[in-house]
Amino acid sequence: MTELNQLIQNQGLALLGPQWWPLVWTLVWTLIKIVLLITPVMILVSYYTLAERKVIGYMQVRHGPNRAGFWGILQPFADAIKLFTKETLIPFGAKRSVFFLAPALTLVPALLMWAVIPFTPELILADINVGILYVLAISSIGVYGVLMSGWSSNSRFAFLGSMRSAGQMISYEVSLGFTLIPVVLLSGSLSLKEIVTAQQEMWNIIPLLPMFVIYFISGLAETNRAPFDLPEAEAELVAGYFTDYSAMSFGLFFLGEYANMILICFLGSLMFLGGWLPPIGILSFIPGILWLAIKAGFLMFVFLWVRATFPRYRYDQLMRLGWKVFLPISLGWVFLTAVGVHLFGKA
Amino acid sequence: MMVVDVIFYAFAAVTALAAFGVVSSRNQVHSVLFLILTFFSTAALFVLLQAEFLAALLVMVYMGAVAVLFLFVVMMLDMELSELKEQAINHLPLGLAVGAVILLELVVVLSHSHGHAVAAATVPNTLAIGRALFTQHLYPFELASLILLVALIGAVVLTLRERKKGAQRQNVPQQIARTRSEAVELVQRKPGEGA
Repeated sequence: MTELNQLIQNQGLALLGPQWWPLVWTLVWTLIKIVLLITPVMILVSYYTLAERKVIGYMQVRHGPNRAGFWGILQPFADAIKLFTKETLIPFGAKRSVFFLAPALTLVPALLMWAVIPFTPELILADINVGILYVLAISSIGVYGVLMSGWSSNSRFAFLGSMRSAGQMISYEVSLGFTLIPVVLLSGSLSLKEIVTAQQEMWNIIPLLPMFVIYFISGLAETNRAPFDLPEAEAELVAGYFTDYSAMSFGLFFLGEYANMILICFLGSLMFLGGWLPPIGILSFIPGILWLAIKAGFLMFVFLWVRATFPRYRYDQLMRLGWKVFLPISLGWVFLTAVGVHLFGKA
Repeated sequence: MMVVDVIFYAFAAVTALAAFGVVSSRNQVHSVLFLILTFFSTAALFVLLQAEFLAALLVMVYMGAVAVLFLFVVMMLDMELSELKEQAINHLPLGLAVGAVILLELVVVLSHSHGHAVAAATVPNTLAIGRALFTQHLYPFELASLILLVALIGAVVLTLRERKKGAQRQNVPQQIARTRSEAVELVQRKPGEGA
């Protein structure tokens, strides 16, 4: 591997000279790393859609998709080909530039957040020391995709849907942020890697169980999932903010939403469930990345389970839950955790 | 060093162009979107200065909260831009005054800086900011939070109003505590008698 690296370095220096080669090499190497991260994420997203249809299918005593390939295994590709080959319709009076920027602004932040997710202590694209702040900051950009799509579509359904959805996302971002503060207090770091390392003796879910529950429910609301899928309340708003999107621009919204869901699950397992750490020391022969996959996979299953189980919330109930129940509880827990850390030292 | 330079000039150019877009675009929603782009590229410049905590805060507070409110208001209000344009000349002296003050501040700050604003690498800058805020600048910090609290209470007071008499309200505990025997009454009617 080092020989190959040496060969590439020498060839590059000979080709471009010492002035340009380091610049080009940095860019190319970063791009390669990004592709190596994004490709598995996209494959995971496409198969999560299949898993959703299968799981909910079996929960409702039917088979789900089973025509494309064995056990429906090729269904995501069939969906992708369908979305790519359909005609992209632009509604009358739409603001074109904003209309096409909106789906990109939904997908790109969803993918950007994966940059700081540590899969093992070594396997991490960008190990920055404010990882958790970075995730919260980038996730707050996601709301612009929603607002811009609703405004630019020139349609009442889309506009109302986007207002509703943006209100929901902002409200639950607050309680989501507050559930993460006790975690930061306990581990004394904003770096995701150190947060996981600090859970060596005890997972954060043990002292912070109520926070984990609130985190998960807020995550459901933040990603507009059932029972909080009001933005696409099909009975009243057709399909919410992406009513007027078709073909691949619709597909981008779809991909962004699912990438966000999977990210919430990975973040939850890192923050509360000990990330790559095994539950007991004896089981450490199983590689860490597999533990993370098991934990995140379980949370992802719960996302689907919840969708198949609970009826949709009403909008005023949703707001009440966010502001009058979750926010006071999580604020109180922040205070309690701070007092606890002050009295007994870090966990 | 090269890569950093290229990234700096790219983001600096985006910042300047987007700031120009804020004042020059004809559609007010586009103006707000340009403003958001300005915030974002400024945050990127902060990252280049290794002030990642400030960058994250800028994105979270300004992009995630303040600008969303701007966008909400601008989208909801159906403003007539030509009317605003006519009145714009009235605000020119005030605008020029504010611009002059900011320019003056920039000149003063830049002439007093020592050329390298990058924080010492020994302490993470999140820690450094936290220490400075809670020791050196404790009173201004507490004062700022008090002002924010006053604004918060003010907003609540402004929107507080008496409910109309007879308006139905949600009472969650009461609604949940209802039992079947309270809510459902089974009656037996003979055919033809009606309800």
